[in-house]
Amino acid sequence: MRRLEVLVCSGTACLSSGSEAVKRALLEAISAHGIADEVRIVETGCMGPCELGPVMLVYPEGTFYVKVRPEDAEEIVVEHFLKGRPVQRLLWAEGAPAPREIPFFARQKKVVLANCGIIDPEEIEEYIAAGGYEALGKALTEMSPDEVIEEIKRSGLRGRGGAGFPTGVKWELVRKAPGSEKYVICNADEGDPGAFMDRAILEGDPHAVLEGMAIAAYAVGAKRGYIYVRAEYPLAIQRLKRAISQAREYGLLGDDIFESGFSFDVELRMGAGAFVCGEETALIASIEGRRGEPRPRPPYPAQSGLWGKPTLINNVETFANVRHIILKGADWFSSLGTQTSKGTKVFALAGQVKNTGLVEVPMGITLRELIFEVGGGVPEGRKFKAVQIGGPSGGCLPEELLDVPVDYESLREHGAIMGSGGVIVLDDSACMVNVAKFFLQFTADESCGKCTPCRVGTQMMLEILNRITEGEGTEEDLARLEELAQLVKSASLCGLGQTAPNPVLSTLRYFRDEYLAHIRDKACPAGVCPALIHYEIDPELCRGCDACRRACPTGAIQGTPGKPPYTLDQSRCIRCGACLAACPFGAIARLPGRKE
Amino acid sequence: MEKLEIVRRFPRKRDQLLAILHELQRANPRNYLTGEDLRLVAEYLDLPLSAVHDAVTFYSMFSLVPRGKHIIRLCDSPPCHLAGAWSLLSALKEELGIDVGQTTEDGLFTLELTSCLGVCGVAPAMMIDDEVYGNLTPERLKEILARYREEG
Repeated sequence: MRRLEVLVCSGTACLSSGSEAVKRALLEAISAHGIADEVRIVETGCMGPCELGPVMLVYPEGTFYVKVRPEDAEEIVVEHFLKGRPVQRLLWAEGAPAPREIPFFARQKKVVLANCGIIDPEEIEEYIAAGGYEALGKALTEMSPDEVIEEIKRSGLRGRGGAGFPTGVKWELVRKAPGSEKYVICNADEGDPGAFMDRAILEGDPHAVLEGMAIAAYAVGAKRGYIYVRAEYPLAIQRLKRAISQAREYGLLGDDIFESGFSFDVELRMGAGAFVCGEETALIASIEGRRGEPRPRPPYPAQSGLWGKPTLINNVETFANVRHIILKGADWFSSLGTQTSKGTKVFALAGQVKNTGLVEVPMGITLRELIFEVGGGVPEGRKFKAVQIGGPSGGCLPEELLDVPVDYESLREHGAIMGSGGVIVLDDSACMVNVAKFFLQFTADESCGKCTPCRVGTQMMLEILNRITEGEGTEEDLARLEELAQLVKSASLCGLGQTAPNPVLSTLRYFRDEYLAHIRDKACPAGVCPALIHYEIDPELCRGCDACRRACPTGAIQGTPGKPPYTLDQSRCIRCGACLAACPFGAIARLPGRKE
Repeated sequence: MEKLEIVRRFPRKRDQLLAILHELQRANPRNYLTGEDLRLVAEYLDLPLSAVHDAVTFYSMFSLVPRGKHIIRLCDSPPCHLAGAWSLLSALKEELGIDVGQTTEDGLFTLELTSCLGVCGVAPAMMIDDEVYGNLTPERLKEILARYREEG
C-alpha cells in the first residue's frame, strides 16, 4: 500500500485538455523528489466535470484538483505530497472538501459510474478487486437462466438507449425464441449530439459492459456477442480490445467460464460514420457487412436478428447496470427511482451550464435539481431559457417545466424523451427556431433515405424552417409544419424518422411566440438569425478607433479615425458580426429585427 | 503484395467487410479506398463488386477520392455549435485555404465535418485522425495546425 493514490482522469475530454502531459510531469516530479515508491499514479476513466479538465483526485483524503497544468506538478508534489498542504489555487472548492461534499457530487448517486474515475480501466485486476465478475460468478454458479431473467424483470430495469423497453421482458423474449443459435449485441453506437455516457463507461469501466453481456448471454442462451462501437471513439475501442483480451486470459470470456459449462465470447465491430446505425435493425445490417439501413419491425431482433437468429440487443448503460442488480438484488435496484422508472440514469450535461460533464442521478430527480443543483445552473449573467433533452429525438422544455421529474413517462408526456440522456442547456442567447432547425438539419442529413416520409418529409420541414429564419415565413407555414411533423412521425420506417419532428413540435408548443416573432415582426428575439437582426453603433460609446471599419468586409461602416461617431450603412451591411467582435468599447449592438 | 496481406489477416466472412475497409483505408497514405481495393475485397469475400461499393458509399468515413494525410473532423453538433463551432469553421477554412470536403494543396489536411464526438463537456471540439482536441479557440487551432505542419 502506497501512502498516496493519485487518480488522473484519462477520459477523452481530459486527455483533450492535456491530462497525459500532467501525468508525465507528476511522474517526473515524484521521481525527482524520491517519493516514487510512496505515490501511485493511476489513470482512470471519466470523473465527470469535463469542463474543469484535466482533473485529478488525491487519496486518502480525496483532494479534488481542477484545471491542472504540467507546470503545476512540481508545486503539487512539494507542497501537497511532501508537506501535506493542498495547493489552494488548484482546488475545486475552498477548504479541500471530500468530493461527496462538493455540490456537483453531493446530489449524485453513482451506480453505473461507480468505478469510472476510480479504477484503472486498463487493468482487469482493479475491476476484480472492486467486485468485478462476482455477479457473473453468482449467476453462473448459483442461478438458473430463468432466475436471472426473473431478477432483471423484478428490478424494473428499462433500456437506457432511449425507448425504455423493459430489459427483463426483452431477455425473456430472446430466451423463449425458438432456435439454438442466439446472439447478444451491445449497442455502443452512441450518436445523439450531446450524449457521451456510453463513451465514458466504455473508456472508464469496459469490463462492466462485458460482464453484463456475459450474464445476458447466459440468461438468453447465447454463445457469441458483438459490441458495435462507433469509429469516432478510438479510445473506447482501444480499451475494449484490451478488456476483451484480458477477460479471455482470465477465463472470464471463452469456454467453460467458472467451470459452469457455459461458454461465451465477444467480438468488436466498428462503425464507419452513420448515425442511423444506432437503430437496432440498421446496426444488425451493419454488423453483417451491409449498408446500415433499418428494416420494418416486426419481426423484432428477438425473433429474427443477426443472420436471422434470435438476438438480444441492449445499450451500453443497460448492460453496465446488470451486475449491480445480480449482486445487490432486484429489491435494492427498484428502491431507487420512481414507480415506473427504476434505478439511476447517467446524464451528459452540455451547453450553457456551469458544470458540463457526466453525472448520474436517481430517476425521478427534477430537471431543476439536475440543471441547477448538480449542473450549477447557467453561467453568471445569463438567463436560463430551455433544456433540450433526448437529442435529435427529444424536445425543448421551458422554464415552467423545470419541476418535471426525470422519468420516461413524464418527459414523454411533455414532448421530450429520456433518449440516451443528453441534456443541453440553452440560455437567452439561443434562438429556439434555430435550435429546432439545427436538430432537424441533423436528422435530415443522417436520414438513410430508405423511406420517403423521413427522406422527403424532414427535407420539406427544413425548407419551411429555413423560410421562417430567413423572414419569409407565413402563419400558414406553422400549420403546414405541424401537419408534416405528424406525417413524418406516423409514417417513417424507424425511430430516426418517427422521432425527428420532436424538436420542432416541442418548440412550436412552448416557444410559439418566437416563431411568430420571426414571421410577423421579421425579428429574431435572441438576435441569432442573420436575416432578422441588425447592428447599430452607439454614438455615445464610439471612440473612433477605426477597428470596426477595418473589420467590415463590405465597407458598410464609415468614419474617420479619432472623429467619432462612426456610422453604419444598413443597406450594405451583411450582418456578419465582424464589427461587433472587433469593437473594443462595446459600442456596437446586435438588435432583433430588420432595418432598411 | 501488401494490400493482399492486410486483407488476408481477416476471416473470409462478410461481417468483416467494414473492418477490412477501415484497414485498407488506413494503410493508404492518402486516406482513401481505390477501385482496386474494392475489387480485392469483393473477390476475397466473394461478394459482387456492387455490394462492396454499396457499403462504401453508405458510410461517411470512407472516401473514394484521395484525401489529405491528416483528416480534420470538426464537430458540428448542437453543443459545439452553441459553443461557437461556426466561427472555428471559418477560422479553419481561412487557415487552410480550403472548404469543407477539400484537401490542402500540400496534401497534408482534409477538412470534414462530423456529428457528435461525445466530448461536449469541452465543446467546441474536433478530431485530427484519432486525436481529440477540445475547448478550441481560433488561436489554439493555429497552434495545433502548426504542430502538424512541423511534423509533416
